[in-house]
Amino acid sequence: MFSFCADPSTLDPTRWMLCYLTSGKHVLFYWSFGTVLLLLAVTAPAALAFGFGGAMAARSQNPALRLFGKTYTAMVRGIPDIIFFMFFVIALDQALEWGLHQWRCPEWTDPIRNGLEFKVCPAAKVPPGSAPQIWHEVYGFVLAVVTFAIVFGAFAANVLYGAMSAVPRAQLETAEAYGMSHRQVFRRILVPQMWVYALPGLSNLWLILIKATPLLFLLGVKDIVYWANELGSSKTDTFAYPHGDWKLWYFLGLLVFYLAFTRVSEVVLARLSRRLSRGQATMAGEAMRKAAA
Amino acid sequence: MTCWETIGAYAFRSLGYGERMLPKSDFTLCQQFTLIGSGLIWNIYFGVLALAFGFFLANALALAKASRRLWVRKPAEWFIFVFRGSPLFIQFFLGYQLFVLLPKTGIELGGITLATDWLTKAWAGALFVLFLNTAAYSAEIFHGALMAVPKGDLEAADAYGITGFARFRRILWPTMLRLGWPAYTNEAIFLFHATTLVFVSSFPAFRQQGDALYYAGYFADKTYNPFIPYPIVGFYFICLTLLLTWGFSLVNRRLNRHLPSNQRERIRLRPQLIR
Repeated sequence: MFSFCADPSTLDPTRWMLCYLTSGKHVLFYWSFGTVLLLLAVTAPAALAFGFGGAMAARSQNPALRLFGKTYTAMVRGIPDIIFFMFFVIALDQALEWGLHQWRCPEWTDPIRNGLEFKVCPAAKVPPGSAPQIWHEVYGFVLAVVTFAIVFGAFAANVLYGAMSAVPRAQLETAEAYGMSHRQVFRRILVPQMWVYALPGLSNLWLILIKATPLLFLLGVKDIVYWANELGSSKTDTFAYPHGDWKLWYFLGLLVFYLAFTRVSEVVLARLSRRLSRGQATMAGEAMRKAAA
Repeated sequence: MTCWETIGAYAFRSLGYGERMLPKSDFTLCQQFTLIGSGLIWNIYFGVLALAFGFFLANALALAKASRRLWVRKPAEWFIFVFRGSPLFIQFFLGYQLFVLLPKTGIELGGITLATDWLTKAWAGALFVLFLNTAAYSAEIFHGALMAVPKGDLEAADAYGITGFARFRRILWPTMLRLGWPAYTNEAIFLFHATTLVFVSSFPAFRQQGDALYYAGYFADKTYNPFIPYPIVGFYFICLTLLLTWGFSLVNRRLNRHLPSNQRERIRLRPQLIR
């Protein structure tokens, strides 16, 4: 990065450190924080959408749809989320390739699952075998995002289902008395009112989501944990910047990053909660009304 | 190999007894059920012990956080903040690195040498991290419950002349436990779920002796088929969750036995307390 970094072995400690922290691999490490933020930015709305769908399905009149919704909301209660992460990443990949295989290679006769192998025709490989490395990484990231969205969608479905049931029944009945249809009641009365009931649960979920991001490492994405592990391990003299085992410091850095991130989120969410409680028929809203009067 | 022989060979494989080699080919359903069930012993070990030790530290921390003295309150607040605000996954990594850096020969303390190498092993090191983690989460629950103890209960205690430690032991503490118990049940369940992280984070599995997820991962890697081993772990964990809920509801019933039946706190599973 700097011109004096050409030969690190001759530098004084301060400059050595400066050069070390701006080396090519460190820049990749800093970019991986972007990967985590990108994951959060994509997953949060996707999980919310999945959760909304799940909660709607769980409240549906249709018994089959209701069973699906209830199962989806219940699945994260009994089974550790990490098992879903491990499962879905492989399962989604295989489901996709299997589907493509059926579509593109109908004449293929070899069994797909042959003892210890999962083998599809070359045309059904995702991404294609000839694709550059970057596409493999992008595909891995997309699989991770979908997995996160499914699992956290189930958590969000729990929260939203609870929030939908918490909207006072009398309000819905009033709307029905005014002649609104089911759909109108849902859109005009239920959905706008449920957010304030959902917010504590959703804030909690956001914090959980932040704290689940290191699991990207397990899904094979080169995230901050991967780079901290990689950069921190001791480097011999064959490397440009030899040093001992510094993993402890790298992980301490990650710890501070996560603490700061959750703390800032907490403060912002508390503000948002105050904003949404204004004028609501809840305890917080009542307290604000009294404080103002 | 019949299924009974498989169970005999692998039922305690995770503890190092029985067959030394894991199955290499021709995997049967029986092998998967047995080995994954064998791994579950570790999940139960971590969960039960961390919960048991953590309970006491959590009570102490909750009281410390409620203290009026700054030098008691601040450390407790920071402890709870650090362990609740960061991912357990990172805590495992950090704990492992910390334990590795301890001198191999042990620490000299007043003429006695404290051995440290066992802390780098999962059975002790991971247990220690889980213990601190659950203590922080439970302390927050108990602190919230302590703050929710009705004022009238304390006034009644004053009126009867119950003060000091007797007041805490007979009035404050039982009420705190009663109010916090439903949330604490959730914490316990998600602690058991969190034990699956031990062997996928930095702690190495010694001689392929791992937990349920470790063996499920082993089978998924070997057969390249996730549709059998992971549902098996899921099945085991659903059973474990039901068992835990049942056990905790017994305690809950005892804590609430003096209340009329319509005022009792019911335990509801809310998946809101994971790391």
